[in-house]
Amino acid sequence: MSDTQNIPEVVGSDMRRVDVREKASGAAIFTDDVQFGSNLLHARIKRSLHPHALIKSIDISQAQALLGVKAVVTGDDFPGKIGLYLKDRNIFARDRVRFIGDPVAGVAAETEEIAERALDLIQVEYEPLPPIFHPLDAIKPDAILIHPDLGDYEVANFIFPEPGTNISNHFKIRKGDTESAWQKCTAVVEREYYIPHIQHVPIETHVAIAEVSHSGKITLWSSSQSPFAQRDLIAKTLGVSPSSIRVISHYVGGGFGCKAGVTMEALPIVIAMKVKGHPVKLRLTREEEFFTNFVRQALVIKLKVGCDKEGNILAMENTMYWDGGASTEYGVNITRAGGYSSTGPYDIPNVKTDSYCMYTNNTVGGPYRGFGMSELHTGIEQYMDELADEIGMDKLEFRLKNVVQDGDILATGMVMHPTGIMECIRKVAEAIDWGKPGQPGAPHKKRGKGIALMWKAPAMPPNPGSSATMKLNEDGTILLGVGGQELGQGAFTVAAQLAAATLGVPFDWVRITTPVDTDYSPYEWQTVASRLTWSMGNAVMAAAQDVRRQVFEVVSEAWEENPDDLDIVDGVVISKRSEREIPLRDFCVYGIPKENFDGWIGGPIYGRGKFMPTYVTGLDKETGQGKRAVVHYTTGAQAFEVEIDCDTGKLEVIRAAAAFDVGKAINPDLVKAQMEGGLVQGLSSALFEQMVFKDGEMQNPSFVDYRIATSVDLPREIQTFIVEVPQDDGPYGARGIGEHPMVPTVAGIANAIHEAVGIRLPGPPFTAEKIFMAMKDRKG
Amino acid sequence: MTVHRIQLTVNGIMEDLEVPGHMTLLMMLRENLALTGTKNGCEAGECGACTVLLNGEPVNSCLVLAVECDGAEVLTVEGLTENGSLDALQKAFIAQNAIQCGFCTPGMLISAYALLQRNPRPDEQEIAEVLVGNLCRCTGYARIIRAIWDAAGS
Repeated sequence: MSDTQNIPEVVGSDMRRVDVREKASGAAIFTDDVQFGSNLLHARIKRSLHPHALIKSIDISQAQALLGVKAVVTGDDFPGKIGLYLKDRNIFARDRVRFIGDPVAGVAAETEEIAERALDLIQVEYEPLPPIFHPLDAIKPDAILIHPDLGDYEVANFIFPEPGTNISNHFKIRKGDTESAWQKCTAVVEREYYIPHIQHVPIETHVAIAEVSHSGKITLWSSSQSPFAQRDLIAKTLGVSPSSIRVISHYVGGGFGCKAGVTMEALPIVIAMKVKGHPVKLRLTREEEFFTNFVRQALVIKLKVGCDKEGNILAMENTMYWDGGASTEYGVNITRAGGYSSTGPYDIPNVKTDSYCMYTNNTVGGPYRGFGMSELHTGIEQYMDELADEIGMDKLEFRLKNVVQDGDILATGMVMHPTGIMECIRKVAEAIDWGKPGQPGAPHKKRGKGIALMWKAPAMPPNPGSSATMKLNEDGTILLGVGGQELGQGAFTVAAQLAAATLGVPFDWVRITTPVDTDYSPYEWQTVASRLTWSMGNAVMAAAQDVRRQVFEVVSEAWEENPDDLDIVDGVVISKRSEREIPLRDFCVYGIPKENFDGWIGGPIYGRGKFMPTYVTGLDKETGQGKRAVVHYTTGAQAFEVEIDCDTGKLEVIRAAAAFDVGKAINPDLVKAQMEGGLVQGLSSALFEQMVFKDGEMQNPSFVDYRIATSVDLPREIQTFIVEVPQDDGPYGARGIGEHPMVPTVAGIANAIHEAVGIRLPGPPFTAEKIFMAMKDRKG
Repeated sequence: MTVHRIQLTVNGIMEDLEVPGHMTLLMMLRENLALTGTKNGCEAGECGACTVLLNGEPVNSCLVLAVECDGAEVLTVEGLTENGSLDALQKAFIAQNAIQCGFCTPGMLISAYALLQRNPRPDEQEIAEVLVGNLCRCTGYARIIRAIWDAAGS
């Protein structure tokens, strides 16, 4: 798509983040910071205390009578279903509740305290139903149906629910013949693994403010990865036009997937419909953030993989049971992604995959950094170690032998594109001195090294669009409009770099128009899937090309030259033929006067650009085969050296190394920042994190009981490496990197633990207690 | 609801306010004074996003009642910037790319500022231990620690 040979200097340079002065000074505006004055009402939500029950009646009369209460809303007011890929959710529960935390009623009041008191006055009568808390219970033939109406739900054409069961998506791959392949295998490893629920833990909890005007216009201020998707989904559910909803989204205080799609944002809207003219604010408490919104769903993975005596992997059978929770409107596509990427980054001729999305009465699963890939690779990458051990091959050599390469036919039938995964493997192995035993710091400590690979494709519908606008100001500077969101990953900075590079102006001439506003910003599907640098980046470059075309049209007419001879360098239009020059500021709004005041040429310049992949095909429902399942794969590897205290089980990561093939690093230091932050988030999920449920109720919804990595939990050393094998349709060859750095981490640490003390735990987190007990059991 | 009148200094400016008895310092800063740089991350003293200096000591402002601050001196992230120019810590955070989403940044800066007031040349271990009450989900902390170490050296 763009030239990967002649790359302007601003691309590949560590330009300063465009949002960083605001953020360092405390001036940056997040959604909760927007001031609404005394007209503001505060909303609180009455939630189900039952994991599964029929609602017999709801009495709101006492709550309505409380002084200071302005509105009380229940599911009776809004019947529509909502959801991204499968419309299986009500804004407020209607006939039944399906998890502890399900919204049953909402209150708007003058203060949060009054709203909270009103919740206690709402009487809900339930008839409890048998709950299901485990995906393997949900799939039993006699299991109670959590969504008896599954067959009536609207669903995307690449999601395959099985009405009359608790299966909301069943993705299959049938490639080659696994049955006959097993007989040719010298070694076969067959295992089951469990990945628990974890939560995203953005430091900013979800917050949304809605106002409905008397003319019917709905304005939503929300901390969102998906302003446009929210507008569209909520409009469809309410039966209004997307043009009557305006979503304004300021800086997001951490997303990691949980602020994608729609979760709590429709609640303040439907409450605000009852109190027109009043903004209504709903801010989730930390406790609500833990278990009432998206979480990363749990996974049971059953894997069988085998190889011949030379170490060639011949077959894999991979059965995944995802604990999708009470609603799987977004989660169904995670199970699809887990399905089409189910081999991990390996070339395997015979593949049989069944990826089941199961309804349970647990909290709602949703997108989480990695979109299923961390969970999948946590299983695969440990079994690859075991398989290498079985045939007595070095784990690194085993991986290099089997890793996916340019031209390989993937499990879906898609042909793999060029990828730098081999270089990633070698870099991380070298960084931790692979093959040389580590020296423990004390006699009661043991060291081990582990490696894990990964791949991940952006998981999206086939046609997610991006667009961008570029407005030239009177002084030649640029206002760049984008609909993608700055979550901290650096999307705005990268967009500004691509704009400056393509147009030919200095980087600090580009300003991103903020906040993202669906009335004024160009369309962007969602800020998810690590897709912005690639997709939105392409749209930004197209907008810059559009501006260049308009600029050259004006200048070539004025100078009577061929547009092909013109270029823009540092904000000045130059002719390579006549060597004439004119700064953009001299004409980009007011035009150029003709000679002898004989009229004018030009006018205000405003560019636009778009990008949408058009080549992704469907996959056969029974075999998962198709020409092109995904747009591309980002690949990478991590390696770890850990030290375990045999007296306590305490684990310390001594060295960590990460390498990813990003195609082209537009801003290398931001790429490295993603690699470091993702690795520590992965480490946190490896060592500490688990949502503990008892009968569907989360037992640890606070930072005291749900521990995340803090400043004292870091590896002693983290090395990061950028590998660049260009993407054919990426901006200057770029691919995404946001999610990938936490994908291989759990497996890499698990492999290092095994190397150190010979144990494999049945699932993360690898707490000191679990490591200690497993070591004790092993010794007998 | 009992309303109390308090006087205090916030970022060097004398304030005279009426606050309800149950109002936290965090809410007073954010709502009465519109100093929204101080963030609300958990309202339980567990995440550190609302860290401010109260009479020179770092506190979680969500755990302090506004009425307790009568006569006090408070410093928030907005007070680190003098005459529009950034403090050495803020500059170091920028130089190290120690900021991603930015939501924990104000609390991190204040905790770091308090540390450097007490110990102008901390080592990396001391910095890490001081930040243990400030959660960050984006950066992985290493760049924040490095930025504080750099600022201490400058």
